[in-house]
Amino acid sequence: MTGETGWLGWQRWRRLLGAREGGVRVPPGILRWAIVLVFAAALSFPFLWMGITTFKQTTDLYNTKNNPFLFNLPPTLEHLRLLFNETMYLRWLGNTAFAGAVVVAITLLLALPAAYALARLTGRWGERLGIGIFLTYLIPPTLLFIPMSRVVALLGLQDSLWSIILVYPTFTLPFSIWLLMAFFKSVPRELEDAAMVDGLTRFQAFVQLVIPISLSGILTVVIFSFTLVTQEFVYALTFISSAAHQTVSVGVPIYLVRGDVYYWGSLMAACLIASLPVAVMYNTFLDRFVAGFTVGAVK
Amino acid sequence: MGMRRGDRFLGAAMFMPALLFIVGLVGVPLILAFLYSVGNVTVGSVGYKFVGLANFRSVLQNPAFRGALLHSFIFTVSAQLIVIVGANILAVALRNPFRGRGLVRFLILLPWVAPISLGAIGWKWILDSIYSVINWALVSVHLVKPFDTPMWLGEPKLAMLSVILVHAWRMMPFSTVILLAGLTAIPRDIPEAAAVDGAGFWRTHLEITLPMMKPVIAVALLFGIIFTFTDMTVVYILTRGGPYDSTHVLPSYAFFAGILGGSLAEGAAVSVFLVPILVLVAWAMLRVAHRTEVV
Repeated sequence: MTGETGWLGWQRWRRLLGAREGGVRVPPGILRWAIVLVFAAALSFPFLWMGITTFKQTTDLYNTKNNPFLFNLPPTLEHLRLLFNETMYLRWLGNTAFAGAVVVAITLLLALPAAYALARLTGRWGERLGIGIFLTYLIPPTLLFIPMSRVVALLGLQDSLWSIILVYPTFTLPFSIWLLMAFFKSVPRELEDAAMVDGLTRFQAFVQLVIPISLSGILTVVIFSFTLVTQEFVYALTFISSAAHQTVSVGVPIYLVRGDVYYWGSLMAACLIASLPVAVMYNTFLDRFVAGFTVGAVK
Repeated sequence: MGMRRGDRFLGAAMFMPALLFIVGLVGVPLILAFLYSVGNVTVGSVGYKFVGLANFRSVLQNPAFRGALLHSFIFTVSAQLIVIVGANILAVALRNPFRGRGLVRFLILLPWVAPISLGAIGWKWILDSIYSVINWALVSVHLVKPFDTPMWLGEPKLAMLSVILVHAWRMMPFSTVILLAGLTAIPRDIPEAAAVDGAGFWRTHLEITLPMMKPVIAVALLFGIIFTFTDMTVVYILTRGGPYDSTHVLPSYAFFAGILGGSLAEGAAVSVFLVPILVLVAWAMLRVAHRTEVV
């Protein structure tokens, strides 16, 4: 700041920056923009950098005299060609999508009835069980991965995509049950009561009425579970030992590096291409995930 | 309202599959983690013999483990301090709608929503020993001399700093959106009334807004602690615990000892050191949930 320090200096700065005196909409105008821009730039910089690196010629990347922000040589698609033609990148993307789809299916199959049961059918036990389920979300993979590696070996699933398909619902389920439970609670009870008067059983009412009107909650769970699958690193690294069976989040950082040689151009392209769709999906459903994390703490 | 008998039965039947899955694949491994930590299991053998606290004694005698234990706390506390301060500032700046907020939100969220292993590889390139863009920028503004640039991931202190900053980078969006949710939930007329009474921004913020946000800040902090304390991805990708074990944290050390080193028992013993913090956080979370229900 200026030579002045403390409160007085700050007051002057605020006036300079156009703060409404005594107003609540502070920090205003320029100051707010400056904060937002600095944070946005710092937080998204690695992805910008991946983009620039992707299209740079190798000789340009490795010439330390060049300004790294500029294209000193014409852009190239060589890194992308190498990534898609000569590595297992596409295979890893496929593995991830497949594992994601199956994990989502298992998650829905188990979470939908469980969440409904907790929301409607278990009375005050439901509340406690719900909290218990939520607490299991706090048990991290780094506590379980060692015994889990034994369980996986015992089931003959080591080095197979099915090992992670079996294990991943352990972290998608708790959060999904929690989200869906809140969702089902907001469905008016009268709906099922009326349907049951009309002769449906409760289970039929659940399947034919409650599930269809909860589609947006279900979609939230689908997106959330899928993104968690794409992000997971520890279990995939532990259970899967050959490149061909890997997911993208382990394949790229571990198997795209040959010996000690980093193909930075292709590596950055691989990171960016896998990150963006996940980010877009997550961003669309963000408000619901936040609601899931803050249940109770935000009124 | 009484629950019908049939409903109770149906409820149990619908809940059972999920419960069995969680008990089988979270509960059982959790118990196994404790059993392994007091047994003699290795990758090769199938037998199990109870060895008491031998594994704990053995890891505690290892300076690399004691380092990892210390680093875990430094890592978690520093990263969370940065995150909570930064996220508060950012959330306040983002509170009111403005043109382009959607795009800004997307950019800010990227570190949290993109797979962390890929984001960390991006940082590995940014912090590269020769081609670091940060070093290039530092040299070009004459802050450091060429050929004497910092080795971000090659020197113990700098490596620890890098690992902390990258994790703070990763967690910042998460805390920001949670705090933002708390901020927008505060009824607008309360801070406005304070402003009418002559309270400036800082007074309103410190004496009214922050106290009202306490539960939300607690939630962000508690999740943040769990996600940071139990993470090994950033360390594994950036430094593999090096140089000279200077950046190992409990989870990464457990991985090296238990999986790469083949001593499942020792790895399990290392992981078990995570448990006290997890229990503490879970207890705090229940308290937060309980209190907000009462209010």
